[in-house]
Amino acid sequence: MLKIENLNASIEGNKILTGINLCVKAGEVHAIMGPNGSGKSTLSSVIAGREEYEIENGSIDFNDMNIMELSPEERSQKGIFLSFQYPTEIPGVSVSNFIKSSLNEIRKAKGLEPMPASDLLKMMKEKMELLDIKKGFLSRSLNQGFSGGEKKRNEIFQMAMLEPKLAILDETDSGLDIDALRIVANGVNKLKSKDNATIVITHYQRLLNYIVPDYVHVLYNGKIIKSGSKELALEIEEKGYDWIINK
Amino acid sequence: MKFKDKLIQAYKDGATKGLFFQDEREKYITQLAKKGFPTIKDEEWKYTNLLPILKKDYKLSESQTLVEQQLLREYILNDTNTHLIVFVNGQFSNELSSINIENAFVCSLSDAELKNPIILKKYWGSCLPENPDSLVALNSALSKNGTFIYVPKNTIIKNPIQILYFTNGVSTDLFLQTRNLIVVEENSQVQITERHQNLDDKEVFTNALTEINAGANSIVDLYKIQNDNRNCSLIDNTWVKQEKTSNCSVDTFSFGGKFIRNNLNFLLNGEHAESNMRGITLIGKNQLVDHHTLVDHAVPNCQSNELYKGIFDDNAKGVFNGKVMVRPDSQKTNAFQSNNNLLLTDSASIDTKPQLEIYADDVACSHGCTIGQLDDEALFYLRSRGIPLKEAQAILMYAFANDVLSKIKIPELKEKLNQIIAEKLGVELNIDL
Repeated sequence: MLKIENLNASIEGNKILTGINLCVKAGEVHAIMGPNGSGKSTLSSVIAGREEYEIENGSIDFNDMNIMELSPEERSQKGIFLSFQYPTEIPGVSVSNFIKSSLNEIRKAKGLEPMPASDLLKMMKEKMELLDIKKGFLSRSLNQGFSGGEKKRNEIFQMAMLEPKLAILDETDSGLDIDALRIVANGVNKLKSKDNATIVITHYQRLLNYIVPDYVHVLYNGKIIKSGSKELALEIEEKGYDWIINK
Repeated sequence: MKFKDKLIQAYKDGATKGLFFQDEREKYITQLAKKGFPTIKDEEWKYTNLLPILKKDYKLSESQTLVEQQLLREYILNDTNTHLIVFVNGQFSNELSSINIENAFVCSLSDAELKNPIILKKYWGSCLPENPDSLVALNSALSKNGTFIYVPKNTIIKNPIQILYFTNGVSTDLFLQTRNLIVVEENSQVQITERHQNLDDKEVFTNALTEINAGANSIVDLYKIQNDNRNCSLIDNTWVKQEKTSNCSVDTFSFGGKFIRNNLNFLLNGEHAESNMRGITLIGKNQLVDHHTLVDHAVPNCQSNELYKGIFDDNAKGVFNGKVMVRPDSQKTNAFQSNNNLLLTDSASIDTKPQLEIYADDVACSHGCTIGQLDDEALFYLRSRGIPLKEAQAILMYAFANDVLSKIKIPELKEKLNQIIAEKLGVELNIDL
């Protein structure tokens, strides 16, 4: 589904990614771990199409198509979803309006009619139940005054509504208490299928108790320096990163 | 001949001969002669140059021409219960107007002279200062017709009154002086919309003047829709006088036209009155919109609120000057002012200036202005959810303007403005605000 080869990216002259190779197949869950400043968030932004980054080398293919030249909206329309580490607050736009616009723009790109309002409401209700989201949530301004937990839940709610093929969860566990973490993880697991894939970016192994990865990669200085199974995450939890970095 | 002299000559030649208020007109034409038009050397006109507008060789009147009913519908609210008063080329159009009010008077000023001379005499010019500026003087001397709305006490006008000034089939560039007199007596309520629309490609310059007398405990809402074509210039002078516990709002939505100057003046003349001034400006290439507001807290215990939002694209130019005067005895005054602006390009500009003159010591007055750009983070967030750049920008602009839009009390007007904004931004948005 996703194939990244020798990806080099920089921002304002600073090299952040220095040769990423990553292959994600449908149905898989990949975890990317690494110390602060290793390039985890940059990698997710670059996949989502953030234009501030300069791609110096390499390629990103999504479903056998080179997406390097595609805009963020085109990538989203093709089924890539980024759950933000710090979702932006947008006063004056309600959650429901935002999701409605987003969903219908994606449908439009696929040549589909806008979703009828009643279907949309029904779907929203279903997904809200899944994530234990209260009723008044929809009419609130997007992320404005949301707690850390509400922001993350809102991200997963959007993911549930948009049903992407590839979801990248950037530090979805940060700012979540254990109950919220369970609900969010449960939501992610329920949305998992053999046709979609998930990349979980995290500092801590904790989240991986709930969203169990097929592969774990360690990112350091803009490169994946070690890959392994889910046991690798446990090892990192115990020993830290030094033993991998210093090898 | 200088433009000013041409106007004075027209007056002398009898342009308004036989019309009401000859004596007053004489006084006003003298004031115009003395003062002349403002230039950028005047503090109040420092950022807005009127001179290029005055250079055209305008005709001062034009006979009425036909405007199709079908065309009219484009410019009015989608609500058949509203009352319509329509003028074409400055003259009252009986065919296009539909006024169905029994408990109030809505007619042209020239009809008011026959139907309601007492109220006309009592209130015409009563909101204006003793020594007005030249544009007020010019309108007062040379205006021939306009709208008269008189709502007697204890009367609630249920449906909005829409005022429309069309210009159409004009043979050469035209300069018009339209005039509105709105009198709302105690305990009465009315909602009014006003629009100036040129249906032609000739240049039309309108120097409009509206007087609003808001009686005790009245509620008056005036909405100005400024979306004229790019050949038009408008100076819109509004003078409001409010009595005790009245509530008056003037909302100005500026999208079209080449040159717009709004001079909005409130006099709080009775205690516990509330004034609201709001505006959305959304303009682009070669457009200018200037908001000059003045609220005069002449008595204690009143409140005024100002909220103006501006979005400027291309080389658009905006000006905001908000003057608040709190007189020495006007204790317990609350005056709030806010002007927020988005500049979408490097060549767009806004000059914004709060001007507070406070002579009382127990008051709460605040002001704030901001100038910024669309937030890149927010744009990326929206785009990462499949929303194209143009639509994402539009959503952020809507969101920016939303706290003014949300104050509109007429749902059909909100719908109309949403439609105008979407057209202006070149998007189809199906978000409900």
